[in-house]
Amino acid sequence: MSKVSITLQNTDDGRQIVDAIVSDNPAAEVSRMPALTKIDCEGRLCLKRETIEERLGRSFDLQELQLSLISLAGNVDEDDDSFTLAWEAGPATKNA
Amino acid sequence: MNAMPPLQKQRKLSLKERYAHLTRDLGWETTYQPMDKVFPYVAYEGIKIHDWDAWEDPFRLTMDAYWKYQAEKERKLYAVIESFAQNNGHLNITDARYVNALKLFLTGVSPLEYSAHRGYAHVGRHFVGAGPRIACQMQAIDELRHAQTQIHTMSHYNKFFDGLHDARHMHDRVWYLSVPKSFFEDACTAGPFEFLTAISFSFEYVLTNLLFVPFMSGAAYNGDMATVTFGFSAQSDEARHMTLGLEIIKFMLEQDEGNVPIVQRWIDKWFWRGYRLLSLVSMMMDYMLPKRIMSWAESWEMYFEQAGDALFEDLSRYGIRKPKYHEVAAKEKHRLSHEVWSIFYNYTQAAAFHTWLPSEEEMTWLSAKYPDTFDKYYRPRFKAWSEMAAEGKRFYNQTLPQLCTTCQIPMGFTEPDDPTTICFRSAEYKGERYHFCSDGCKDIFCHEPEKYVQSWLPVHQIYMGNCGGAEVKDVLAWYHLNFGVDNFDYEGSPDQKLWDEWQAQKAANPV
Ligand SMILES: [Fe+2]
Ligand SMILES: [Fe+2]
Repeated sequence: MSKVSITLQNTDDGRQIVDAIVSDNPAAEVSRMPALTKIDCEGRLCLKRETIEERLGRSFDLQELQLSLISLAGNVDEDDDSFTLAWEAGPATKNA
Repeated sequence: MNAMPPLQKQRKLSLKERYAHLTRDLGWETTYQPMDKVFPYVAYEGIKIHDWDAWEDPFRLTMDAYWKYQAEKERKLYAVIESFAQNNGHLNITDARYVNALKLFLTGVSPLEYSAHRGYAHVGRHFVGAGPRIACQMQAIDELRHAQTQIHTMSHYNKFFDGLHDARHMHDRVWYLSVPKSFFEDACTAGPFEFLTAISFSFEYVLTNLLFVPFMSGAAYNGDMATVTFGFSAQSDEARHMTLGLEIIKFMLEQDEGNVPIVQRWIDKWFWRGYRLLSLVSMMMDYMLPKRIMSWAESWEMYFEQAGDALFEDLSRYGIRKPKYHEVAAKEKHRLSHEVWSIFYNYTQAAAFHTWLPSEEEMTWLSAKYPDTFDKYYRPRFKAWSEMAAEGKRFYNQTLPQLCTTCQIPMGFTEPDDPTTICFRSAEYKGERYHFCSDGCKDIFCHEPEKYVQSWLPVHQIYMGNCGGAEVKDVLAWYHLNFGVDNFDYEGSPDQKLWDEWQAQKAANPV
């Protein structure tokens, strides 16, 4: 297995998003540096809109992540309710 | 009375549906002209695509969301830039030596943002599928924004510090700036698939973290809130760009097995090209930040070795392996920044930023970060140079350096297994001999010699009389560099004089 990673700015929203990620992904490892926070997690990391909304106390469109993101590693999948980073195991799937 | 009929609430479209509507029918089969005439560049590189619709932007960013969030980023950034200017933020940086990293950034990196804008606008026109086309067009706009915001931010420093006055002109002429310039021109003159492998994948996904993450965090650590803000504003687009890079690679690999060896060769080439370009960043991190966060070697371990392991393990299911010569980069990580800083110390008379020898305290940090190499190879060199300077014989290299034909860096790198011997490689092509800094650069040349024999090598151009004249002063005038002001050591520079005056004022009038 390998780690996926996401890096966020240390802004007001950024800090709440980091907290939300940590509460949804107990295996996440957090490194704080000047102006940024890097989160690494074995295999897979999921951001849930609901958890972020609870932290922020307002409604949150996951695409707002665009404002706080600095970097990421892993395959991205985003829909209305979650944003997932993952390294998939198993053989390559041919697109039909 | 009849009750009012319940309002038919219109269901909000999901993200997936909105993205499907955005891209729907944008990739039609042309009828007035044959497809191969409308899209003349998609086939010649040998990449086979059977189903363009299989490519989808995983962020599923639609135009309305794009404009909304980009506008928000701009508002935030400009608020910071303005307050930085109003509050004389340049007075709060740790030390004026730091500004020299910005000089290198503005002359070396910001023009690449503009080149990226042009490159993505071009390939965004030439892909057949709507998904990659839209992603490339969005990126083209992002890159233009990066160029503009960087120039705007650093214009504040230009009011006070030297060497920031003509970045675009310098980018096209100054000897060491041909390193980033030729890197990008190499990518932009390739086909669209190679361009994306070069810039979106190898550069953005695999390598730019090293520039934009630890270096920008370092800018914050050194009190430069303006730069960290443009850096992160740009980097917030980068997550999307990195994703485009990974998606395009997977797309090519999934579409046809015949694509695998072509993509592998591009990954090998562009890893090495990008890694050589980043040697400038290694020096910015280890030598040009007065307060340091992490060393080049540590960043390389975090962002290439660990992150790269995960990435290439994921790609191994397609038959892709790690880029060729990654093990050479690992061997070089404990010497890269020292070798490159030494090159600039040698040629400080011809650089658009100031150089210096690291202080005792900085050398202590360097020995701690590079326990196997610094005290053995580089401290003695710096000591000798500082003794020479103390005797009034500051060492200047008076001979123009031999350049690597591929990366265009002076031949100052050492043998992978011997840090005391300069690495020379050469190859013959049509009766001429060409020189290289490494096996990586030589391989790249030998695969496409017709391309690289056209390299505009600054040293050759000076000797051919194409750069303003025969004397250093003539060449610098042609670079638009102010002799005695922009070049030479920080010690004794007008920048230093001004900074020391500010510090004295601060001490006299404590707030
Ligand atoms: Fe950019
Ligand atoms: Fe080279």
